[in-house]
Amino acid sequence: MVRFENVGLRYGLGPEILRDLSFLIPAHSFQFLTGPSGAGKTSLLRLLFLSMRPTRGLVNLFGHDVSLLGKDQIADLRKRIGIVLQDFRLLDHMTTYENVALPFRVMGREESSYRREVIDLLKWVGLGERMDALPPVLSGGEKQRAAIARAVISRPQLLLADEPTGSVDPTLGRRLLRLFIELNKSGTAVIIATHDITLMDQYEARRLVLHQGRLHIYE
Amino acid sequence: MSRTGDEHGPLVDLGHERPQVPARARNLSPIVPRASISGRALVAVVAIMTFLASITTGAVLLVSASAAEWQSEVASEITIQVRPQTGRDLDRDAAAATEALRAQAGIIEVRPFSKDESAKLLEPWLGTGLSIEQLPVPRVIIARVQPGATPDLAALRARMMQVAPSASVDDHRAWIERMRSMTGATVFAGIGILALVIVATIISVSFATRGAMAANRPIVEVLHFVGAGDTYIANRFLRHFLRLGLEGGLIGGGVAMLGFGFSESIASWFSGTPVGDQFAALLGTFSLRPSGYLALAAQAVLIAAITAWASRRTLFATLDDIE
Repeated sequence: MVRFENVGLRYGLGPEILRDLSFLIPAHSFQFLTGPSGAGKTSLLRLLFLSMRPTRGLVNLFGHDVSLLGKDQIADLRKRIGIVLQDFRLLDHMTTYENVALPFRVMGREESSYRREVIDLLKWVGLGERMDALPPVLSGGEKQRAAIARAVISRPQLLLADEPTGSVDPTLGRRLLRLFIELNKSGTAVIIATHDITLMDQYEARRLVLHQGRLHIYE
Repeated sequence: MSRTGDEHGPLVDLGHERPQVPARARNLSPIVPRASISGRALVAVVAIMTFLASITTGAVLLVSASAAEWQSEVASEITIQVRPQTGRDLDRDAAAATEALRAQAGIIEVRPFSKDESAKLLEPWLGTGLSIEQLPVPRVIIARVQPGATPDLAALRARMMQVAPSASVDDHRAWIERMRSMTGATVFAGIGILALVIVATIISVSFATRGAMAANRPIVEVLHFVGAGDTYIANRFLRHFLRLGLEGGLIGGGVAMLGFGFSESIASWFSGTPVGDQFAALLGTFSLRPSGYLALAAQAVLIAAITAWASRRTLFATLDDIE
């Protein structure tokens, strides 16, 4: 599903922050991406989400060489990827329900075809009572759950999550991990970038460890 | 398992906890909020531009219509001037010239001005009570030409030379040419002003669009995250700008049309005053024809369309910079 070959990344004329990354992300796989702060986890997620292009090397996503893709093709591929960012990126003028339903709306689907699904998912992540609330009045944990719900609602083929349990208590963290596992069981490849050793210890999965710009894989 | 909205089971199973669907949870908010686009200033700019464009077009149409009217009136007349000459009888020469005109093909009416009528023509300059006998005042003969006919002016001049050597024939060609160039210059200036108005509109709209995009950058980024293409995003903004353009066009064009609608009444208020009389002489009743109003309405729609086009162009250029 995802193939990196000798990928390097640098910002401007600075040093390479990702070096010679070569790995595969198979379909239906589950992995944690970890490493110290500044190791390049978020940059790697951005490469995977096609919001950056590598300085060198080959990135192949869903069978496409990303260096050859135009903007419209990238937009189409992104519909197959869900992403949860650390800063949540919720739209402040939309309710929690509308934020979570946004991927379906962009796909042009009728609201009646997904309304029940969105509401069920919001209940599952503990936001059943906050569906009509606007993001500015949500707590950090609630925003994070809304962002996760938005990323998984369309059942992407690849889910990228950057510290998805960073703002929630351990109980809710476990519940969210269960959601990711369920999603993975239904066919989504999941990559969770985290510092949280406790979270990683809760589920036996492949670990991708970034250290000094290089990637070490522990199967 | 299907990925993009085809048949599939629920992502999460709430079992007996399945809630009733709250009535309020609905997609009600626009993706790009209307309030996030500072529209008032843009509506005002488009309204002013449309108003200026409409006034320009209306004035050009009025001048063109009046000029065409003058031209057709003047082109249908020939003026003969018989000047007094020593040793010749002016009355006899004038009568001979009148007869020669009547014999000319293509002339349907000949009207010689009498001595008294000629004196009346000079009244505005020389005043009343003047004895015209003491002045070498030429006699004027007006001949009306049959519509569509082109009298042989060379033959007419030759005939006049025989019967009244001091007579001159004027078909007003020089005056018509001057009128034509004046009308052309007015239309040209009007087109120039319209072009400037359109360029100013495009620049204003481009700035407004850039501002709106900058203010809504987080929305654009999120839309990119959820897989929206540039066309989808641009269309969300475009509908706002089209609405703003239509609002501005409607206000500016509407005010201008009302202005022209009332212009006849306004002209009548000033009739009898020197200014009013000059305007009436120059532009007639100062009222637009129905086709003129249609042209102004089409122009307002055109400016709204230009607003939408300029906005779309800027949107795509700006989207290229936002990842």
